[in-house]
Formats: sequence, C-alpha cells, structure tokens
Amino acid sequence: MKRIISLAVASAAIFASVASAQAQDVRIAMLVKNLGNGFFDAANKGGQEAADELGNVELIFTAPTAPTAEGQIEIINNLIAQNVDAIVISANDPTALIPATQRAMARGITVISFDSGIAQEGRQMQLNPSNNELIGVKQIQMASDAAGGSGEIAILSATAQATNQNIWIDEMRKELANANRSSLNLVDVVFGDDQSDKSYQEALGLFARFPDLKVIIAPTTVGIAAAAQAVRDEDLVGKVFVTGLGLPSEMAGHVDSGAVESFAIWNPIDLGYTATYAAFQIAQGNATAEPGDSIPVGRMGTLSIGDTGEAAMAEPFTYDASNVNDFKDIF
Amino acid sequence: MSATRETERYTVADKAKWSVWSIFQTWEVILLTLLVFVFIVNSNTSPYFLNTYNLADATFNFSEKAIIALPMALVIIMRDIDISVASIIALCSMLMGLGAEAGIGVPGLIMIGLAGGVAAGMFNGFLVTGLGLPAIVVTIGTFTLFRGIAYVVLGDGAVTTYPAGLRFFGQGYVFGIIPFEFILFLLLAMVFGVLLHFTVIGRRIYAIGNNPIAARFTGIAVNRYRFVAFCLVGMMAGLAAVLLTSRIGSTRPNIALGWELEIITMVVLGGVNILGGSGTIPGVVIAVLLVGMVTFGFGLLNIPGIIMTVFIGSLLIITISIPILVQRLRDRARLRAQQAEVGTD
Repeated sequence: MKRIISLAVASAAIFASVASAQAQDVRIAMLVKNLGNGFFDAANKGGQEAADELGNVELIFTAPTAPTAEGQIEIINNLIAQNVDAIVISANDPTALIPATQRAMARGITVISFDSGIAQEGRQMQLNPSNNELIGVKQIQMASDAAGGSGEIAILSATAQATNQNIWIDEMRKELANANRSSLNLVDVVFGDDQSDKSYQEALGLFARFPDLKVIIAPTTVGIAAAAQAVRDEDLVGKVFVTGLGLPSEMAGHVDSGAVESFAIWNPIDLGYTATYAAFQIAQGNATAEPGDSIPVGRMGTLSIGDTGEAAMAEPFTYDASNVNDFKDIF
Repeated sequence: MSATRETERYTVADKAKWSVWSIFQTWEVILLTLLVFVFIVNSNTSPYFLNTYNLADATFNFSEKAIIALPMALVIIMRDIDISVASIIALCSMLMGLGAEAGIGVPGLIMIGLAGGVAAGMFNGFLVTGLGLPAIVVTIGTFTLFRGIAYVVLGDGAVTTYPAGLRFFGQGYVFGIIPFEFILFLLLAMVFGVLLHFTVIGRRIYAIGNNPIAARFTGIAVNRYRFVAFCLVGMMAGLAAVLLTSRIGSTRPNIALGWELEIITMVVLGGVNILGGSGTIPGVVIAVLLVGMVTFGFGLLNIPGIIMTVFIGSLLIITISIPILVQRLRDRARLRAQQAEVGTD
C-alpha cells in the first residue's frame, strides 16, 4: 500500500513537473533500476534537494517496470528524444546500455552513472557511494560480530546479474580468504531477484538446507528485509541473524525484534544529491570529469575523479539498535 | 405451440454482403481511429513527439517484438499459443554469444541465431503435434527450459564481445533515418500478410482455426501446418535475438525478460481471436504501432512503466471482452426474437 501511495505521489509530481517545465530549465533525468525501491526513492529525494538548491533545475525521476537493460534502453531513447541536458543512471547492466548512452552523449547529453555503474566508454563519470572493498569487508565484519566469530554464513543477493552486488560478493570472498576469517564458512550464495516473495522463499530454502546457519548477509535492501521477516516468521530469532545493506525505515522493526543486530548503508539521499549536483556541474560546463579533475558538489564537498572516471562519495555507515530509530523517518 | 416451423432454404454466399458501413465496423478501422487519436493526444502533450527522427527512433523499442507477433498471429489463429518466445530469444542470444567467443563471423552468428530459433520451434512443434500435448502446457515448460539453459551456460556472466559488423542489424539505419529493424518488420509483415490473406495456405490456416477436425476431414494436414507455424515463430524469435543482441551488444540470461506477454498483447489487440479462427495481419501491424506509439507517448511524459503496464493490461482485457460481450448480447436478442415469434404463433 505504501508503495502504491508513493507511486501515485511520484506520478502526480511528474505530471506537475511536466506542466511547470520551462524552456530555460536544466533538465536532469534520474534513471534508476526499477520503481518501488525505497533506496531509489531516497536518492530521488536527494536529487530533488540538489535541484531545489541549484535553482533552475527540473529533475525527472524514472525507471522501467522490470529491472532489465532493455527497459532502461527504451527510457534512454525517450530521454534522448526529449533532449534532456543530463542523465544520471543506476544501470541494470554495465555493458548493454553502452550503445544507447553513447548515442545520448553524441547528442550532447551529459551521462553519469551512480550506484550501479556503466562501463567506462558508456558514461562520463561513475559515482560510487563508497569503496567496494570497504563495503565487502564491512559486511563480513558485521556477520562475524553477529555469529560470534565462527560458523556457517550464506549470502542472499539481488539478481545474478546485478553489477554492484556481484562486486561486493567478490570482495566478501576475498575477505573470507584471510586467515583471521577462516572459521567463517560461506555455504551458499542465492538470488532473490530483488523481489520480496522470491527473496523470502530463498531465505526459507537456506534455513531448510543449512540447519546450522548462523548469518544471512543480504547486500540488497529488498533481500535483507525479506530475510529478516523470514527469520521472525520461522521463530529463528537469536539463532539466525540477518545483516547486510538495508534501509533504516524498513529495518527498524527487525532490529527491535532481534532478527538483525546491525546493518550498513551509505546515505542514499546524499548519493542522489551528489549525483544530481555533479551532473549539473558537468552539463553546465562548470566542471569536467577527466581523471584527476575535481568537481564541487555543494554540501557534500568535492569529488575527486580517479583513473577510470570513477569517484567515491563516502564510507558506509553502521546502523544498530542505538541509532536506527533516529534514521527510520529519514529514509 | 407449433411443433414444427417452416425453415426457408438459405444460400451460402461466397463472400459476406459488402457495404460501406461494414468497413467502419471492422476491427482494423477501429484500431486505426485509435491510432490517429493517440497521435493527436501525443502531439498535444509533448513537443517532442511529432519529430521525424524521434518517431523513427521510437520504432527501435518495439520492432523486435513486432516481428515475433506476425507468426504468433498464425499460431493463435490455429488455436495454439507460444509462451516460450522470449526464452527462445535468450537461448539464441546465448548460442550467438558462444559463437562470438569462438570467433565466428557475422554471417555465421546470424545463422546460429536463426537455426537456434528454428530448432527451439521444432521442439515445441514436435511436443504439440507429435505427442499431442496442449500448446500452452508445452510452451510454459519450454519457457522455463530454454531460459534455464541460458542461465546454466552463462550463470551470472555475460558475453559482450561481438564483432563490430553485427551492429548494423540492430543499430543501423536505412536511408539515413529509418531503423533497419523497422524496415525488416514492414517487409516481413507484407510476406505474412500475403501468406495469410492471398494464398491457399492462408485459407487453410483459417479453416484449421475454425474447426480442426473438419479441416482434417477435408484433407488438410492440420498437424503439419501447426508444426511449421511453431517453427516459424521459433525462427522469428531467433531473428529477434539477432536484432536485439546486435542492438545492445551484450547477452545475459535475463535478456528480453517478459516479452512474451507484450507480444501476445499486440496479437490479441490486433483482433486475433484468442480462441482461434479469426484475425488479420493488418490488424496486428496497426496494433503494434498503436502499442508502440502509446508507449512512446507515455515515455515522453516520463510516466512510470507500471502505469503503462496497467494501461496496456486494461486495453487487453477490454479487447478480449468486447467481442464476447457483443456476441452474448446478440445471442440473447436473437433468442428473445425467436421466443417472441414462437409466442405469436
């Protein structure tokens, strides 16, 4: 129900923004993986904040129905037709979008990716919320804390194709290969496709197949909430812990119930804000995104562009019983 | 009550009686009117709609689906259905990916895509006509099977190393403005249109759809027709796989996810009876354009895809239910008339 309401509000806002669009506005489109995802709703909020702060910016928030590359390509084609000034993308596929985004760039549209990136030749800049290695290590650390240092752990990811989840899982495997993590045993990686029902079923499958399972790491907001719900429904609180990347608003109840000890996330509001701000700077010619350049991004300071045109925003942040209730109303 | 009623001898005309009014009642004209209406609405709501380049580019978004809709119409007219088409795309694209990694050139890759599609279609066709299983059950099975094979082979990996020469088919333009894919669709629409409406084969397809048993007794090789139709759907799905792979230059097992419903929607919206027996290729072509233009118009207004899905879904339900409701009303009226007649006797 909440999603339907937020969708209705979002579409109403879109109609309103269409009606009030002015020719001299800088139009920045934020194209995310799919709708009904709390993380991207928060990014939209941040993007809107940047748009308001910058003044003459119209932010278009859009996404395909299913999280596929073809759906995003269709929207990119529509945005090219509208001749927007910049497109900020969280990609469903790092390579399949390249022909479409290259066409956009050839028409003079600024293209940057954030969150889930596009390969270098398909965008001008990639904004990472954090550093992949730190994200991987952080999740293993939280899992280790919850498991008491040893035992069986499993990963419940998004789709098998999700760019960033796969990178983080690789980083987690690297961390687990270290000697001091040898008593943690990764028994399986399963995919809930970022759908609540499928993720829930996958979690139940893990309980059934691994009776000694201690921790489920879900590096996705949909998966972690579904897994925590499954732990509560199966009366496994205190036996199986869930951790990973989640949104405080969705996780506060699970932290209170004890199914989740701690989880991490960067601030998606900040991420949307930074991506939108950077896109504006590049589209307006105030900055460039060549390696070594720096881009001022308002309240988030300055981005430094690395060798592959990538920039990192900040470190992930841990939420637990001590602070989650302060954040749950924010995102 | 009279026990017997005199029945006049009637004659069966070669063609239905022709009148100007009957043209306006055809489904194609209704669709065409809707299409014009959509054009007018879209031009008024977005300044970017009536732009030759934008309209031409918008065809990229539906050409591949449209190509599969053509043979799908034949299959549905013959009372079958193929749910596995999007999975055939994934399978063929995966095979092309393996070919590309093995260093096979552009003509070879196209052959692989088409041959893979035909093989998948033959498999469906054999299960349906050879073993006599219901098409919907068979293709729900192969829907999972074909994409499952792609998942097993590719896992969470992707193939992204296609030769540059492949790009033309999905990204190229003819006359500098019209996408090659769309031209290909129009040519194929003509081929399928002639096949269905101007050949004996086409008449037989309708005969099979209207009454397969009677068709069999008149000497039509019903199962052979159905088998070939499945092969055609497979081949066109293979062709769509070539185009889509060329367009996005990448293969993942979730490629073309969910397309089967959009394709079947286009066919049914085009006036093809989901129960078989009737439907036209021009109707399907107009429906393809209608769905394409509605989607493009919504896209230009940045209306979320979910609302688009709801809209298309409603359109589909209305399309399927109207003829059935009209028929039911007519039946009821006729019954009432008969009863009235009986009563006055």
